[in-house]
Amino acid sequence: MTRLLPAAFSVLAMVAPPAMAQALAVEEVAPGVFVHAGVHEEFTAANEGAIANLAFVVGEEMVAVIDSGGSLREGRRLRETVAAHTDLPVRWVIATHAHPDHLFGHAAFAGDGARFAGHQRLPREVASKGPLYLDSMTRLLGAASAGTELVAPDVTVPVGAPLDIDLGGRVLRLQAWPTAHTAADLTALDLESGTLFAGDLLFMERLPVVDGSLTGWLDVMTELAALPAERVVPGHGPAQAAWPDALAPQRAYLEALRDSVRKAIAQGMPLGRAAEEIPLPAGQSWLLVDENHPRNVIASYTELEWE
Amino acid sequence: MLPRRRLITAAPVLVAALAGLPGAARAADPWPDIKEALFGDRPIADGSAVIALDAPERALDAAVVPMTIRALLPQTGARWIKTLHLVIDENPAPLAAVFHLSPASGNATIETRVRVNSYTNVHAVAETSDGGLYGVTQFVKAAGGCSAPALKDADEAMARLGRMKLRTHTPFTPGESMRAQLLISHPNYTGLQIDQLSRNWIPPDYVRSILVRYGEREILKVEADISLSEDPSITFSFVPETEGRLSVAVEDSNERHFEEAWPIGPGS
Repeated sequence: MTRLLPAAFSVLAMVAPPAMAQALAVEEVAPGVFVHAGVHEEFTAANEGAIANLAFVVGEEMVAVIDSGGSLREGRRLRETVAAHTDLPVRWVIATHAHPDHLFGHAAFAGDGARFAGHQRLPREVASKGPLYLDSMTRLLGAASAGTELVAPDVTVPVGAPLDIDLGGRVLRLQAWPTAHTAADLTALDLESGTLFAGDLLFMERLPVVDGSLTGWLDVMTELAALPAERVVPGHGPAQAAWPDALAPQRAYLEALRDSVRKAIAQGMPLGRAAEEIPLPAGQSWLLVDENHPRNVIASYTELEWE
Repeated sequence: MLPRRRLITAAPVLVAALAGLPGAARAADPWPDIKEALFGDRPIADGSAVIALDAPERALDAAVVPMTIRALLPQTGARWIKTLHLVIDENPAPLAAVFHLSPASGNATIETRVRVNSYTNVHAVAETSDGGLYGVTQFVKAAGGCSAPALKDADEAMARLGRMKLRTHTPFTPGESMRAQLLISHPNYTGLQIDQLSRNWIPPDYVRSILVRYGEREILKVEADISLSEDPSITFSFVPETEGRLSVAVEDSNERHFEEAWPIGPGS
């Protein structure tokens, strides 16, 4: 999920009743590691922005939440879910990047002594793009957007200087990456279970969205593959997958995108035609292709034409 | 130093004029006022035999909307296309660009990328060498293009400021029209974007004029405004009679000058 599309205003937005904070369905992918798998949809009033994968990790002393959801409502549901599994307090709320489906639940955890962590560039990503994301989600979710606000991180991680946070007998390693899916991607690695929380550095099932740098993303994927993890929790897709094999479909898509856009540029095919004509690579199967693939072509074209 | 034409000042005037209208009046078609500001009371004839406007009905990315004004007249003989105006009616500065062409252009077709701020009519108006005005219109659905955050990191954008790239699309044949794309690295800040750190408005800083010459001959002059996308891209034609140099001089709204030249010949 990236830039919210200016989609049609849904009448559902007007009539959605205020939902009680009802727990989210989660899967325990490793001891003390819980994941909620989001639906493969764009933001709608009906899904309340609950389209990204969210996770929490339970240590001996505290809980870390990794991505908080697409609305205050989803954040509250996640908070209820944590409370249903442990009495320990949520002390860390980690944002894998600035997209609204991943951090618009942050406010549900504010005021309880939780620290908000993210990439060093996350504050300015939130400051510059957050208001637009907020406008779009308010329009798309209507009443279901109520109370959602921007929360900037207070703990930031520079590229090249991972930060270990101790949850009590359990360390999460936060690592910031050069521009890839976005300009502020961060991963969390649970050293205890070997679980990598990749955020949107890994899309599965749902088409990857280029909102940073196509070539940067491919480079970061190569570095990611070397991380000592057994399983990954993708930003979108199943609750868990085998690491690093799970990278393969995304790599195939991004490499094919890069190659076909480079070819179009070399042939002098203009941007508009490239966006209309470059098809999804043969043999690949992704969800939500219609608008996202042509936008990926545009983003890639305006990057690669400077090579 | 480029000769600066008065027309470029039309855009701020239009902003002021539109800003002064009461809210209810904004819903009205802005074209009559724009048209009067740009062309006075000169009539604009149906231009469908002179130019065609290729723009997407619905933009995929409102900050980068490709548009082509396709010339249907050759740049030869008694009547050729002297200027092309690209107007995005509902943008804060509706006049996106004016392209001044000559017979040395070979072909007046111009392709560029613009920002589109809301659902809008887009007008392309050609002025022919005999003084006639010819217009075509297309409606484009897009929103938020002028306030969309910069695609690139601000530090990266400033580090690359003014860098240019020329990509030729057709081979060099003396006397034959040759097509080329000019890319200019410039954030083209609209004045409607928020600074990522301070949360203040970023002041406008955009490419204001582009002069393309082949040897000493003027090929194309562009007067531009904030509606051109970040890293402006202009695809144009020129006729190289012999091997030579294509040179480009760019001036931005902060009076910065950038120049670059490329050899044109059998290898280009």
